[in-house]
Amino acid sequence: MAQQLSALEPTCEQIADQKIYKQMGVTDEEFGKICGFLGRQPNYTEIGVFSVMWSEHCSYKNSKPVLRKFPVTGPRVLMGPGEGAGIVDIGDNQAVCFKIESHNHPSAVEPFQGAATGVGGIIRDIFSMGARPIAILNSLRFGRLENERVRYLFENVVSGIAAYGNCIGIPTVGGEVMFDESYEGNPLVNAMCVGIIDHNMIQKGVAKGVGNPVFYVGPATGRDGIHGATFASEELTAETEVKRSAVQVGDPFMEKLVMEACLDLINSGIVIGIQDMGAAGLTCSSSEMASKAGNGMELHLDRVPQRESNMTAYEMMLSESQERMLFVVLPENEAQAKAIFEKWGLECSNVGSVTEDGRLRIIQHGEEVANMPVTALVDECPVYNKPSQIPAYYIENGKIDTNRYEEVTDLQSALEKVLASPNVASKEWVYSQYDHMVRTDTAVKPGSDAAVVLVRGTRKAIAMSTDCNGRYVYLDPEMGGRIAVAEASRNVVCSGAEPLAITDNLNFGSPEKPEIFWQLEKSADGISEACIKLNAPVIGGNVSLYNENAKGAIYPTPVIGMVGLIRDIDHITTQGFKQEGDTIILLGETKAELGGSEFQYVIHGVTEGRPPSIDLDVEATMQQALLGAIRNGWIASAHDLSEGGIAVAISESCISGKLGADVSISSELRSDIALFSESQSRVIISVRPELAERVSEWFAVKRVPHETIGQVKGRHLTLRMNDTVVIQTAIEQLEKIWKDAIPCFMG
Amino acid sequence: MKFAVLVFPGSNCDIDCYKAVEDTVGQSVEYVWHTATDLSPYDCILVPGGFSYGDYLRTGAIAQFAPIMTELKKAAEEGKYIIGICNGFQILLESGLLPGAMLRNKSLKFRCHQAELQVETTRTVFTKDYKVGEIIDIPIAHGEGNYYCDEATLQEMKEYDQIVFRYHGSNPNGSVDDIAGICNKAGNVVGMMPHPERAVSMILGSEDGKRMFTSVLKAWRMNHGTATIGS
Repeated sequence: MAQQLSALEPTCEQIADQKIYKQMGVTDEEFGKICGFLGRQPNYTEIGVFSVMWSEHCSYKNSKPVLRKFPVTGPRVLMGPGEGAGIVDIGDNQAVCFKIESHNHPSAVEPFQGAATGVGGIIRDIFSMGARPIAILNSLRFGRLENERVRYLFENVVSGIAAYGNCIGIPTVGGEVMFDESYEGNPLVNAMCVGIIDHNMIQKGVAKGVGNPVFYVGPATGRDGIHGATFASEELTAETEVKRSAVQVGDPFMEKLVMEACLDLINSGIVIGIQDMGAAGLTCSSSEMASKAGNGMELHLDRVPQRESNMTAYEMMLSESQERMLFVVLPENEAQAKAIFEKWGLECSNVGSVTEDGRLRIIQHGEEVANMPVTALVDECPVYNKPSQIPAYYIENGKIDTNRYEEVTDLQSALEKVLASPNVASKEWVYSQYDHMVRTDTAVKPGSDAAVVLVRGTRKAIAMSTDCNGRYVYLDPEMGGRIAVAEASRNVVCSGAEPLAITDNLNFGSPEKPEIFWQLEKSADGISEACIKLNAPVIGGNVSLYNENAKGAIYPTPVIGMVGLIRDIDHITTQGFKQEGDTIILLGETKAELGGSEFQYVIHGVTEGRPPSIDLDVEATMQQALLGAIRNGWIASAHDLSEGGIAVAISESCISGKLGADVSISSELRSDIALFSESQSRVIISVRPELAERVSEWFAVKRVPHETIGQVKGRHLTLRMNDTVVIQTAIEQLEKIWKDAIPCFMG
Repeated sequence: MKFAVLVFPGSNCDIDCYKAVEDTVGQSVEYVWHTATDLSPYDCILVPGGFSYGDYLRTGAIAQFAPIMTELKKAAEEGKYIIGICNGFQILLESGLLPGAMLRNKSLKFRCHQAELQVETTRTVFTKDYKVGEIIDIPIAHGEGNYYCDEATLQEMKEYDQIVFRYHGSNPNGSVDDIAGICNKAGNVVGMMPHPERAVSMILGSEDGKRMFTSVLKAWRMNHGTATIGS
């Protein structure tokens, strides 16, 4: 039967003559190269394997020249990009391991499973390094909630993330969600996982030791997710719906068992190499593990557990069935490995062996059905330097004066409108569906600038945040890239942490368009500059291109996942005001910067002009001074100013602290601009009144612009602009608007 | 005093329960795997939250057939202290150690947040250190916490003082009579949806759950005389 099915596959000649490879995303030129590596024409299985390994998702063929720009080293970096996840030292022989990954296209077609398996995949990346996952974050983008399909996607993506994370028992502690028509039809679903590991337990995905057996563990292989990696590397079109079978189905219970068993296996010390089967499943894990060791691998497909009958080699090699792992041990340790998996009710199957010939050889029904050089699959994919061109919109936006809008005089109503915008409004509707407390280490729950998770048995804690303002990046990719890193870092610093490193998820449109490639290049420049200035190298990440809908590319959205170290849990700081009478101080300077702001979008209905500018030296100085003040024990609350500017930041500090504030701002700027400008490098802090002078002096010495703007008082927010009261409202009123906005849409 | 934390495939609050015992009462605590067949060394058995066996079929429905459950029933009859938290509560319901059944939350959504509970009785070994009517802050995290029982059972539970906690203010899941936790007639077996093991230190947001652990230690000491304190 299987013979009959594979007999239906196109022959080598048909693949070449009818250019069947093109359907798999392989170009004529690439096909020629593949034939060269093989010394013959590939058969159907082989071209399938090459096509996924040479897809953008696996090979980074279009983004490599850009990714090379990132700073990837630093004194704390133990593992940079290239393995499943990056690893950074946090002292005491401990390290933190983290990575972010996208599942955008699957989530556009099947939001629940797409998002769920995105979470499952990133968790596997972390535990396959030997780390114990301790937290999950995400970064989500959708169209506007007025649209019914968007609400459906939003509802199900959140359910999918919740279903997976809650079941497996890893807290989903933070993230961000933004809504803009730019993402309509092509939502972004990026999931990040953070783990803790001892230095001596770090694993690599290497198939070392010729003759060693290769084991497969996890659920049986089915026909789901075939060509998922290729699917992720194309634009979504009307025909995308028929590719629903490219979306995998997740089983978090199975992953929990696989995770516990693999961590037991790793702790036993017998693992030579281990890697998860993520994108391109068996194909990618086997060829990468062999490549990293300079070896080859022989795989016997008849020994691979299968949940469907008559699967062809092509289907088995390309399946992206979830929760599967591949590992190598010495032959004499096979019994011990099997016993560990047996405890968890799992079987591990010997599916092949490490060979010295440097080839990936696939055997099915006693016949060799594929034979390819491993280096060609993994390292020889052509790298493209795509043409880049400044887009016309960028030049046009440079001419727009973002102060030209008619002055908004009812500032209270403007504040209420901005607070009710789903981008600013409380995300409680989202995070209350996530178990964010399991493992009982979550010290700062979702809803503050950064989430904070304790490191058991120490005084240390880990702060984490995901950030990116796609509007800024669209309006000026380089500036937007800098701001994404700076804001993530600012969030982490506001929580009392020193930034350690970042992981990035570059979500862009089609790189075939020179204007899109320009966005990618420029934003990578901005990210790199900020990473260097803020001492946060890039230790890994993911690229998701071809994010387009009928109207064109999404806003370029390079999401930054930042992790920071809190030296002592006494330094943990949150955004809510703490005590009546505390002095409120604004750090940083407010300029007339409404380009790309939430105020511009909500009140004036446009996203145009240039985004706020950022001076990375000013940012670094401010962050260091603030962290020093926090470590000195002076800061009661700290909150970064972002979407909605100072008006929103003060409101949020009041709402979170359930306290009011009396604030007076004097400014030469027009009142609406001063209150809603999104100038960078600004933070609102509150301190005990007796410390106010000392704190002001501290920031003066550190050359950080600062200004005392009021005090924490009562249950009302009273805000004066140049001595005129412009906002006066009960905190409960603001809280209601802020909290009800998203539930109102979602019913 | 010796504590056991049962571990089923898919349990995920096992570590939290273990840690809470260590942090609150500092007594001996061990994990007991679902295939074990002896609970005799233990005085108090915690059935933790999570998704035992993936909660396939129905929450707790498969766990009731685990080998350890025969021992758990024996321990309950012997008067040992047993508490099921969240999925642990669901397992106790499915195994018949406590009356009633669990439905999906009325909102049909998983909910995780702090919840206010009213302590309804201090006669159980787990609530001795509270006051009746006291409002405590203990988080919830569940998708199926909508406790249900028929009118006759509810009446009987009221007569026997078996309702241990009620939600105060808003009911997060639609449970009958705002029930958050119940006990058996003898008062040695308690089941509750909220997670006291997540409320044992202020850095986690509340320490109102601590007294559930100190209560049970106190009860055990009263029953075993002062000679054995500290063992």
